[in-house]
Amino acid sequence: MGRGRGLPSLPAAAMLIAALVALPVVTVALHVFLPDEGAWRHIARVLLPEYIGNTLMLVAGTAFGVLALGLSTAWLVSVCRFPGRRILEWALVLPLAFPAYVIAYTYTDLLQVSGPVQTFIRDLTGWAARDYWFPPIRSLGGAIAMLSLVLYPYVYLLGRAAFVQQSSGILEAARTLGCGPWGAFLKVALPMARPALVAGVLLALMETLADFGTVAYFGVPVFTTGIYRAWFSLGDPVSAAKLSAVLLAFVFTLVALERWNRGGMRFHQVGAPAAERKPYELKGGRAVLAVTVCLVPLGFGFLLPAGRLAWLAWIGGDAQFGARYFGLLWNSISLAGISAIVAVTAAVVVGYGMRLRPGAPMRLFHRVAGLGYAIPGSVIAVGVLIPLTLADHGLRAWLASWFDFEPGLILTGGILGLLFAYVARFLAVSLQSVDAGLARITPAMDDAARALGEGPGRTLKRVHLPILRANLLTAGLIVFVDVMKELPATLILRPFDFDTLAVQAYKLAADERLAEASTASLAIVVAGLIPVILLARQVSRPPQRRHRSEAATLMEPAPA
Amino acid sequence: MSATRRILASFALAVTLGMLALAAGCSREPENDAGVINIYSARHYQSDEALYRAFTDATGIRVRRIEGTDDALIERILQEGAASPADILFTVDAGRLWRAEQAGVFQAVESPRLSQRIPSQLRHPDGKWFGFSSRARLIFYDPERVEPGMITRYEDLADPRWIGEICVRSGGHIYNLSLMASMIAHHGLEPAEAWARGLVANFARNPQGGDTDQIRAVAAGECGIAIANSYYFARFMASDDPADRALVEKIRWVFPNQGDRGAHVNVSGAGIVVNAPNASQALAFLEFLATSEAQTQFARGNNEYPVVAGAALENPSLEQLGPFKADTLDAALYGVHQAEAQRALDRVGWK
Repeated sequence: MGRGRGLPSLPAAAMLIAALVALPVVTVALHVFLPDEGAWRHIARVLLPEYIGNTLMLVAGTAFGVLALGLSTAWLVSVCRFPGRRILEWALVLPLAFPAYVIAYTYTDLLQVSGPVQTFIRDLTGWAARDYWFPPIRSLGGAIAMLSLVLYPYVYLLGRAAFVQQSSGILEAARTLGCGPWGAFLKVALPMARPALVAGVLLALMETLADFGTVAYFGVPVFTTGIYRAWFSLGDPVSAAKLSAVLLAFVFTLVALERWNRGGMRFHQVGAPAAERKPYELKGGRAVLAVTVCLVPLGFGFLLPAGRLAWLAWIGGDAQFGARYFGLLWNSISLAGISAIVAVTAAVVVGYGMRLRPGAPMRLFHRVAGLGYAIPGSVIAVGVLIPLTLADHGLRAWLASWFDFEPGLILTGGILGLLFAYVARFLAVSLQSVDAGLARITPAMDDAARALGEGPGRTLKRVHLPILRANLLTAGLIVFVDVMKELPATLILRPFDFDTLAVQAYKLAADERLAEASTASLAIVVAGLIPVILLARQVSRPPQRRHRSEAATLMEPAPA
Repeated sequence: MSATRRILASFALAVTLGMLALAAGCSREPENDAGVINIYSARHYQSDEALYRAFTDATGIRVRRIEGTDDALIERILQEGAASPADILFTVDAGRLWRAEQAGVFQAVESPRLSQRIPSQLRHPDGKWFGFSSRARLIFYDPERVEPGMITRYEDLADPRWIGEICVRSGGHIYNLSLMASMIAHHGLEPAEAWARGLVANFARNPQGGDTDQIRAVAAGECGIAIANSYYFARFMASDDPADRALVEKIRWVFPNQGDRGAHVNVSGAGIVVNAPNASQALAFLEFLATSEAQTQFARGNNEYPVVAGAALENPSLEQLGPFKADTLDAALYGVHQAEAQRALDRVGWK
């Protein structure tokens, strides 16, 4: 096929996809212009100050938490050598398999006043419940802890990838110029890894802002609580949309801050990555300290809650456990798999479109398409429902007039609505990974390929995609795990008799049957483990191979 | 084929496949002789599946369901409009039934059987929705901290003598909103708000967790008094777990306001959706829910109270809780006063 023909269509396709994905967000935002039913004034006067204060503290606390856990562990396993490092390297990603609401349930079960820990303290000391102080798990601090424990892997993953790929020459130069290990870290490695770290924190924060399960269970009033309260208790969807718009503005500011922070910096990869760099050998007390630092997030973020869930499932699990679970598992996995493929494909088109036509309209589309990640799932669900049912009614009328055939709702009746919602919500994650990969490929490569006579489509296929393979896999796996954990949009957009593991866990948990809910929760975690471990291997794989393949791709002769 | 096109083609293929995979399941046509009904349910009890099975066994009508949160289901029905496959909306709170009715979700149904069996305060006057089971909002207390007989009414909870004693869940939760709405309906907004203010002043801790957690907190000694729905406690009573047994031993319960209007009860109910494609089968389902068999199933399987007089409980826990006088306030008023209740609770700081 003609080489020139792909040229105009790729950026156009990118725009189209970005516009589609932005549709739910825009639908929600447009509600702002409708007259509300008075709930907005009540909320603004009585509740908003508290929502803003709590949200800011939650965001700041979680940012600090994920950075502390993610950065320290990423640096340790990337540049130091200590016993157990090889296991920790991948095990540190495991908490990502935990939905935040599940870990919140689990810790509440352990630490609340009637839980085993406090009961043990009372039995041991003979105190009554009000004779001592125990940190309340259901609090703002508790929510920060829970979200930090399950979201730090974003910082860890991106930070570790950045540290591993840093040129050894630069770090060695820093050491030669008299920097100690700390100096080299603070003055060279950290600034170079900053875009990756900031991106990781941003992902974690967007998910924090979208979280409802944890904050609702802990009774911490934040923005999402307000959105739910406006819509469901005050019966005023317009005010709910106004709150969502404030939330969007907040996210927009965060994203803008990140761009501004990155400024004009570009980090294309030059020179060999750090694989051959001499690692710092940690011995004795330092090795113990390093292992401890890594075991804290792993133990509290995965081992302890998974162990507790397994115990609960063992003593009083779901009575429906059995053949039904195969169906649930299949539904969860197939949804997650299809969504991952769609989201990654969309991300490649949007990301590459941006590279081809980095103009202002493209930048805007690109940015809005990524906002869905910070919107609570149920709000996205409504944002999806409105345009999709409109399209559905149009389609129905069209089919009826042309073919005299009246189907049901084709778009919302199947899983298409769900897929749409997932992509709208999770495109930010896959886009982030694809963009990060594309940014590392120097534009000189594009120019070289184009100079050798390849069109943009073939350049993408033969140059970028092979180099991006790792990023694509990462993107797909994260979307997969996120979809497995997603609840509110799944709940409302799914077809008849279509349950997933998350839905099963929700049904039992909403009925306050936490012990029974443990079976499905554990199944989500276990099913999420496989992609998470793949993801971890991906990250810990030595980088030379990828580098070689980069060169090999360029040199490989074109097929006839 | 260029790579661009291949990407677009595979994208389109994935979308189409996904669509087709389930488009087959969304036809509005009945599939067998007896037919099928499509239920949108905000009830998420595993025992409901037994109820649906019993209905299919009795009538041959197949049940398909989507379970979700009430307001999202209402939104989905509204957006689907005339093409909606929904036959029945089944939900757990009178306030929500009222809201769905206001939004125009339900159609009026005439069924002598239903209007004869279901008390008039538990159904819509035009037959747009019917309550099928109820639960009472009880007060639980620790007899070591609260002398039995000291608390007999919801109003007593605002007494300053109980400062630092009360545990209850969030003020945004529908159970508390409906309770507050009933207070507003009986006393008027200002007295009800004063009551809520007094109650908030007596909180032992910030509202958190679910009803079960409040009951557990009383047993653990963190608070002396809890407000929770009857069926959570009935579940503890029926448990085999020795820890749950010990909990039940420690706690006393009160059906409030037995000397006057009766305990606050809320219903779980259903109605036929305005564009229901299978309206006659849907009516058969509603009438089935009012049979003694189904009514007993609500009590036996899910610790809820039947609404049809004389239906057997067959549930030792409910029998042990004992008979009580229920508030006969029109359940629709919970919906009428709901937003007002939320604003009042926000003002008094019931988080």
